Amino acid sequence: MWSIISVLVENKPGVLFKITNLFRSRNYNIDSISVGITENPEVSRMTITTEADEKQLNQIVKQLDKLIDTLEVKVLEEKKSIYRELVMMKLKVSKPTDIKEITDLANAFKCDVHDVRKSSIIIEITATPDRINALEDLVKGYGILEMARTGICALARGHGNED
Amino acid sequence: MEKISGARSLMIALEKEGVEIAFGLPGGANLPIYDELYKSNIRHVLVRHEQSASHMADGFGRVSRRPGVCFATSGPGATNIVTGIATAQADSAPMVAITGQVPSKMIGRDAFQESDIIGITNPIVKYAFQPMSPTEIPEVVKKAFYIAATGRPGPVLIDIPKDVQQNEAEIHFPSEVKIRGYHPWVDPDITAIERATEMLLSAERPIILAGGGVIISSAFAELQSIAELLMIPVVTTFKGKGSFPENHPLSLGPIGMHGHAEANKMMTEADCVLACGSRFSDRSVGTFEEFEKNLKIIHMDVDPAEIGKNQTTNVAVVGDVKTSLRIMVKMLIQKAIKRNGESAWQKRVQETKEYYRENLKIHPHPLAASKVLKKLREVLPAQSIVTTEVGQHQMWASLFFDVIHPGTFFSSTGLGTMGWGFPAAIGAKAAKPDVPVLDIAGEGSFNMTENSLAVSVLEDLPVIVLLLNNFTLGMVAQWQRTFYDRRMIGVDLKNCPDYVKVAEAYGAQGIRATTIDEIGKAVQTALKSNVATVIDIPIDPQEDVLPFVAPGTSLKDMILPS
Repeated sequence: MWSIISVLVENKPGVLFKITNLFRSRNYNIDSISVGITENPEVSRMTITTEADEKQLNQIVKQLDKLIDTLEVKVLEEKKSIYRELVMMKLKVSKPTDIKEITDLANAFKCDVHDVRKSSIIIEITATPDRINALEDLVKGYGILEMARTGICALARGHGNED
Repeated sequence: MEKISGARSLMIALEKEGVEIAFGLPGGANLPIYDELYKSNIRHVLVRHEQSASHMADGFGRVSRRPGVCFATSGPGATNIVTGIATAQADSAPMVAITGQVPSKMIGRDAFQESDIIGITNPIVKYAFQPMSPTEIPEVVKKAFYIAATGRPGPVLIDIPKDVQQNEAEIHFPSEVKIRGYHPWVDPDITAIERATEMLLSAERPIILAGGGVIISSAFAELQSIAELLMIPVVTTFKGKGSFPENHPLSLGPIGMHGHAEANKMMTEADCVLACGSRFSDRSVGTFEEFEKNLKIIHMDVDPAEIGKNQTTNVAVVGDVKTSLRIMVKMLIQKAIKRNGESAWQKRVQETKEYYRENLKIHPHPLAASKVLKKLREVLPAQSIVTTEVGQHQMWASLFFDVIHPGTFFSSTGLGTMGWGFPAAIGAKAAKPDVPVLDIAGEGSFNMTENSLAVSVLEDLPVIVLLLNNFTLGMVAQWQRTFYDRRMIGVDLKNCPDYVKVAEAYGAQGIRATTIDEIGKAVQTALKSNVATVIDIPIDPQEDVLPFVAPGTSLKDMILPS
């Protein structure tokens, strides 16, 4: 089961190491991880995606929660959260018409196009993993020279009575 | 405000925490700490190897239930205490380990005696601090003691760069600290305890499994009340050994790989278990799937992450075990529930216990472990503290040495650290100087930390080492006999050294005892003397520890002596 875990942690050195080391030492799997500061500069949010069955997921949450530097651990439900990943792909341009085709595809996927050159082009997409995979499939034929993914970033949807 | 050094502030902070004794060995990177130790009221116990300092702090912590303190220098000093830290973590023992580190500007430059001890110990500490300014030290110390001692106890590391020890600053000592990500006192949920009580009352064949948490939270009286009110038999984990008096009619002893036959047997026949402060280690329960088959599990534990880790739980009670059990006792008293011991289950339990206690074959050798340890029990006062090393002697202690006074038996049960028992006994003696302390040892383990004899003798911390000497790494030899077709390799210690001479070389008392009678007398001599004593007992190298639940099998597959 693919799951998104949102973890609020103390924003201080060594915390990312503790989290990743926990996954390693307990034989859990990290699919992707993204880390960044929150509205509170003392707190960072880590968004971790993992492949785990229910029992293991439960343990991951408890073991994360047990770490003294974690402040909150939540499993985000796909339907009750917004989750996105930013991906950049440098594609090979073999013939002049490639640029037009890639740009059209990029528009269809609401991608940004950067660094258009005679032999390569960079596209940037922010989307759900499904859409990213679909795009990747479509552009594979041109040749993906390089790719960078940020990992999932996610927030739970509002519930209508926030204070 | 007067300026003081980081090292001075460390000493003041330690004294404020009530630290009176610390175990350690100085080196280049912790000399400023030692210079302040020189001026402080804290007693320093000089060890011969830092690993022993960490085990002494561990033994001190388990017995006093306050964090034991050890000091080591940077680099190899710090890495030498890693085993001690891991041992304390595996057995939830409160400890504060304080290491010197190279000066902060040298960190990361592969300086002389630099080791990334924070990184190295990450998975085996409850928490680690590396203060980068002397002003941080008092708060760090306060947090370290709080974290080490509360909730599920454990080891905390404080790694202090040398310049942080030396630099002076105006230093404020907080009277309390707050750690927002740490909530150790989870009050048990009353409705969960109600459900647990109902489940226990409606069970036909209930059993109590008492773990180390009962000893840590000192829940002996509460445990005994529940057992007696409901006439439920009590088994323990090995770590929980002695959480319930083992001469009590309801006691069946430890379960597990080398559990008592009657304990393993009744555990497999029970339909509901009240597990208190136990983490369902594989050594205790065998295969997880088989253990939970046809068994309702009520799990009380202070650590929420233990719930559902190894076993599926029917009712979970998260919180201090003592508090949880006390509430359960109250509920039972309010409901006026008091059972007699006349149920079919009770009869079955008593019959099984009697059967195994009368019919299990005893190893024929005149110095069979069972005979040696029963003699020890006869002559050793009940309130004495007993530690063990790791190996066959440890499991024989589990099988044949009854703990009568709760909370007087300590062993490296989780990590299984050979060499732990002797220095831990010295730490225990420091915590309770008026009580006899004895280490049930094997010579393979004793070898590993025997240089602590110097500490025991010179620091006037006399403990007794009862050495079950089979000249062999006995447990490994047993596995080679059992699982590797008797291909014996790397186990023969060839009767070297002579432990009586070793003891004498350190100024301790060495006694060789070759009959049961001599063993009794030797222990009595040791108890009367005020010097460390090693009692060397040549036992049979061929004796196996039985019963035996082979690894990867379940309690019902227990192999009995034949």
